Amino acid sequence: MKQETPQKPRVGLFVTCLVDLFRPTVGFAAVKLVEEAGCEVEVPMAQTCCGQPAYNSGDREDAVAIARTTIETFEDYDYVVAPSGSCAGMLRKHYPALFKGDAWEARAAAFSARVHELTSFLVDVMGMERVSAAHVGSVTYHDSCSGLRELGIAAQPRRLLSSVEGLELREMKDADVCCGFGGTFCVKYSDISNKIVEEKAANIAASGAETLLAGDLGCLMNMAGKLQRQGNAVRVRHVAEVLAGMDDGPAIGEGGR
Amino acid sequence: MQITSPAFKENARGALANPDLQKALGHVRLGFIDKRQKAVDALPEFDALRDSARAIKDHALAHLDLYLEAYEEKVKAAGGYVHWAPTAADARAVILEICRAAGARTVTKGKSMITEEIGLNAFLEKEGIRPVETDLGEYIIQLRGEHPSHIIAPAVHLTRDQVEADFRRAHDHLPVARDLSEPESLLAEARRVLRSQYFAADVGITGANFLVAETGSSVIVTNEGNGDLTQILPRVHVVVASIEKIVPTMEDMSQILRVLARSATGQDMSVYTTVSTGPRREGDPDGPEEYHVVLLDNGRSAMLGTEFQDMLRCIRCGACMNHCPVYHAVGGHAYGWVYPGPMGAVLTPSLIGVDKAGHLPNASTFCGRCEAVCPMHIPLPRMMRHWREREFSRGLNPAAQRYGLRAWAFFARRPRLYRLAVSLAIPVLSRLGRRRGRFRRLPLAGGWTRHRDLPAPESRTFLQQWRDRDAARQEARP
Repeated sequence: MKQETPQKPRVGLFVTCLVDLFRPTVGFAAVKLVEEAGCEVEVPMAQTCCGQPAYNSGDREDAVAIARTTIETFEDYDYVVAPSGSCAGMLRKHYPALFKGDAWEARAAAFSARVHELTSFLVDVMGMERVSAAHVGSVTYHDSCSGLRELGIAAQPRRLLSSVEGLELREMKDADVCCGFGGTFCVKYSDISNKIVEEKAANIAASGAETLLAGDLGCLMNMAGKLQRQGNAVRVRHVAEVLAGMDDGPAIGEGGR
Repeated sequence: MQITSPAFKENARGALANPDLQKALGHVRLGFIDKRQKAVDALPEFDALRDSARAIKDHALAHLDLYLEAYEEKVKAAGGYVHWAPTAADARAVILEICRAAGARTVTKGKSMITEEIGLNAFLEKEGIRPVETDLGEYIIQLRGEHPSHIIAPAVHLTRDQVEADFRRAHDHLPVARDLSEPESLLAEARRVLRSQYFAADVGITGANFLVAETGSSVIVTNEGNGDLTQILPRVHVVVASIEKIVPTMEDMSQILRVLARSATGQDMSVYTTVSTGPRREGDPDGPEEYHVVLLDNGRSAMLGTEFQDMLRCIRCGACMNHCPVYHAVGGHAYGWVYPGPMGAVLTPSLIGVDKAGHLPNASTFCGRCEAVCPMHIPLPRMMRHWREREFSRGLNPAAQRYGLRAWAFFARRPRLYRLAVSLAIPVLSRLGRRRGRFRRLPLAGGWTRHRDLPAPESRTFLQQWRDRDAARQEARP
C-alpha cells in the first residue's frame, strides 16, 4: 500500500474508451494535469466504456449493467475525472436517471456527484488558474455539445489555454454548434452527419487557426477525419495535449509515428 | 397527407442533393437564430418567464379535463359551439357538416398546423369545397401542391426565385411585365389576389395558439393580419385546435405570449394578437354569425401520464428546428409528415406510431441545442431517447444494428474480456495505420469512411501502457 500525504485527493481517471483505444496521449496528458493540480491519480483496470452507445440506442439493460460496473469500480475515489464532456456528462447526469426508483438510486447519485470533466475539474474544483505549457501558434476551440450544454464547459478550457505561452486563440464562427458526430448517429445517418461536419470544417478553415482543439475525442476524430479527407492541413488535438505540453508527437490522424 | 417518414433516409439524401433547398435552408440559419438571441438578451427576465410558462402549462395539463370543460361552458355561454373530435376523421366530419350547413363552396383558412394534421384541405377538395390558404407561406405552398416544411414558416424551403415563378404561373391574368423582384412585391400581389377571396368565403377556418378556459376565448397570433380577415368576414368561423392549447386564464396566456414570439421570430410580439370569444354580439361592428370550436385529441390524451406528457407543453414556436443541425441539413419535408425538427421527432411517433416514425427520434446527434432554446423547457433529447428505448424493446431497429450493439455490450459488460480483446486488436490496427496515421477505407467501417478518414490508433491501448508503467514503477521501488 502506498502512503501519500493524507490531504491529497485521490482521483480515479475514467480514461474513456476512445482515448484508451485511439489516443493514449490524452490519457497521459490528463494524468499529468491532474497530478499538477495536486492530486494522486489512479487508473482502475476494470473500466471499459461509459455505456452511451447502449443508452443512446435505447438498450437500457446493457446501459444499466455497464453503469453498475463503472460505479463499483470508481465509487471509492474522492473524484472521478474524464477527459471528455460527453462521457463525464453520462456519468454525472445520466447515471442517476438510469437508477431512478431503483435500489441503486442513492449509490448512483453519490457517485455522480464526484464525477467531473477534466478542464472543469482543474478549474472549478482544484482552482487551477494556469498551466506551465508552451504552444507557439494559433488554435481554435470547438465546444463539444454534451460538455457545453450538460456540464457548462466553455470558459474553463479557454481560461487554461490563455495561460499557455505563445498560444493565440482564434475563435471560429459557431464554435458551439454540433460537429455532426453524435456517437452512432455519424454512421447511422452518415450523409446528414457529413453535411454537418462540412459546415464545421468550413468554419474551422475560415478561422485561420493552425490547430483545432476540443475536449472530446469522438468529435475530434470526426472533424480530423473530415479535414484530412478534404486535404486540409489543420492539425487536430485534444485540448489536454496542449495544456499538458504533450503536443510534440503526431496530431490526430497524422502519420509518421 | 401521405406519410413518408419511413423513407427518412432517402428523403434526406434527396434534400442534401437539392441545391434550391440547400440555398433556402441557409435563411433558417441566418434569419432566426440571431434574432431570437437579440430578443432574449434584451429581456432580462426571459428565463424567469420560461419557468413561469412551463409551470402554467404543467398545471393546465395536470387538470386538463377540468379546464376543457370549463372552457366549453364559457364558449357555450358566449353563444358558440364546441365539438369534441377524438380522431382526425371525426374532426374532418364535423367541419364538413358545418360547411354543408352553411352551404359553403369556398372556405378561407388562417395558418393552422392542426388542419395539416387532419389533412383538411385534400378532404374538403374531395367534397367539392375549395379551401383558400390566406397566410402568404401557406398560400405559396398551396399553389405548389406542397405541405409546410416548417411549423411557423411553411415555405422556408423555397427561394424567392421559385416563388416568383409560381406567382407568374398561377396569376396569369396579371401583366407579364410586372416587377416581382422584391419580397414586398410578392407579398403585395398575394394580398391583392387574396382580397377577393375573403369576401367569397362562406366559412373561415383558423387554428388557435391558445384556448382560454376563463373566458372561452381562442387566440391567434399572426404577422400578416390574414387571420383576422379569415375569422371576421365569413358568416361562420371555425376554430380547429388540439386539446393541449388550453390555458386557465388570460393572464396565463399573456405570460406565455411573452416567450412565444421572442422564441419564434425574435419579435417582442407578433404583429397581430387576436382574441375571439363567441359569435358577433349585438352592437359588434363585425364578426361571424356562428362560432364553432373543434377540439382535437388525435392521440394526445394517451400521452398524458407517460414519459411524453411534457411534449404537450409545446407552443409551436419552431425554435427547436431553427437551432437543429439536422433540420438545417435536410429541411422539414424529409421528416415525412406534418411536424419536423426536434419537436416533430418526439410528437410524430406519438401521433402516427413509432413503427412508421422510428427514424425521427434516431436522427439526432443529441446536441441538446433544441432543449436549450425551448421556451417551455421540453426535454426533447430525453424524450427522443425514450422513443429509442421503445423501439429497442419492441425490436423495431435494424437487426444488424441490434446485433452489433449487443456484441459490443457483451464485451463492455465484462472488463477482463474487453481488455483482452482490445489488447489484441488495437496494436494490430495501430501498426496497419502507422505510416499514414489514418485509414481511407476499413472493413466494417464504411459508415464512417464514406465521408471521412478514420484516425488510426496511436499505439497500444492506454491501459496496456499504464499497467506496464505501473509495473516498472513497482519494480523500481526498493
